[in-house]
Amino acid sequence: MSAAIQASALGKAYRRTWALRDCTLAIPEGHVAGLVGPNGAGKTTLLRLATGMLTPTHGTITVLGQPPAAGPAQLARVGFVAQDTPVYARMTVADHLRLGAWLNPGWDDKLARQRIRQLGLNPKQRAGSLSGGQRAQLTLTLAMAKRPELLILDEPVASLDPLARREFLQGLMEAVAEQRLSVVLSSHLVADLERVCDYVVVLVASQVRVAGEVSDLLAAHHRLSGPRRSSGSLPASLEVITESHTDKQSNLLVRADGPVLDPAWTVKPVSLEDLVLAYMSRAGSDTPARRSHLGVVS
Amino acid sequence: MIEFQLDETSGVATYLQLVQQVHQALRMGMLEPGDRLPTAQQVVAQLAINPNTVHKAYRELEREGLVRARPGLGTFVTRAPSGPDPATQARFLAAMADWLRSARAAGLGPDDIDAIYRTAFRGCFAEGVA
Repeated sequence: MSAAIQASALGKAYRRTWALRDCTLAIPEGHVAGLVGPNGAGKTTLLRLATGMLTPTHGTITVLGQPPAAGPAQLARVGFVAQDTPVYARMTVADHLRLGAWLNPGWDDKLARQRIRQLGLNPKQRAGSLSGGQRAQLTLTLAMAKRPELLILDEPVASLDPLARREFLQGLMEAVAEQRLSVVLSSHLVADLERVCDYVVVLVASQVRVAGEVSDLLAAHHRLSGPRRSSGSLPASLEVITESHTDKQSNLLVRADGPVLDPAWTVKPVSLEDLVLAYMSRAGSDTPARRSHLGVVS
Repeated sequence: MIEFQLDETSGVATYLQLVQQVHQALRMGMLEPGDRLPTAQQVVAQLAINPNTVHKAYRELEREGLVRARPGLGTFVTRAPSGPDPATQARFLAAMADWLRSARAAGLGPDDIDAIYRTAFRGCFAEGVA
């Protein structure tokens, strides 16, 4: 199975500033993959490189095994919903569908019309007067009707209210169930990701901190609390992701190869949000000195 | 037809919540052999969850022999879950009660006993944790 997106030492510089630098990752096909990370991590740049809207300054990127935007055939395989779901404000909903049909050889007009009907959108309405949620749904419809193999969405729900967000994700998941497409979406909203994503990539400063299938990651991570001890004294099967200590107690979030059997620990499962935040706040993995350091929280 | 619900604060994996709700519905008689489970698409449209999660739950139920997928038709309940027979249940309950009494007599409190139980449980079902 080839990768939905594969990058190797990928970089994009604007004059002297790197928007993305030395990024190496592989997001497998057949998943709804969430790309999470703080602002400035390079998520948008990475996704724009994947669509071919930007060209790399350094390194390589392939999408479904091919260079992005290599030609009309490759363009047809990838759908993209940009941040803030842009539409042509003065054009009507129906105009957008006509434009989509004209620009995309594989256009599924039946699907587009059916979705517009389901959403209760008036085809004659100008896109500029749609609500944020309706606009997002229109752009999703356009991206879906081109029948892509891979759908890339950049922060699609960030600006939506909770109800519109839920409705958008319902539509997206229905499309995944029907069309069996791969999805890569970036988001700040980890709670939403927990529902929809079965693969997650945590990107901090262009580097992958952790990546994997959500169910595997959740099963391998635990929250431990128990009597204070230095993380250096833990068995090698436990990798400490975050730790905090008082003079009596230690609280750890660990990645474990096997079950945690030491009766001194109270073991609790982690949520995807805990896990993502732990990796985001963790110091760079190339600073092992920190692992033996025992901080005291008063 | 049953309708699934999600408890996002439970810490239980989403697919497992679906599995448990089917178990529950079978025990309560809300689902019977021959009944059809909602399609993945219906569940997804209602809960906004990943379709693979639903497939995973249904595969698990199929592995347990409780449902069967009939291509093009849906996923159907084949039988109710068979719990342990009453005699076996009674035997283990009695053994557990004996054990608890001796732990109490040795001065262990509820929290000590709970910690011991959880540790032993984790060790016993370790293969599912890694």
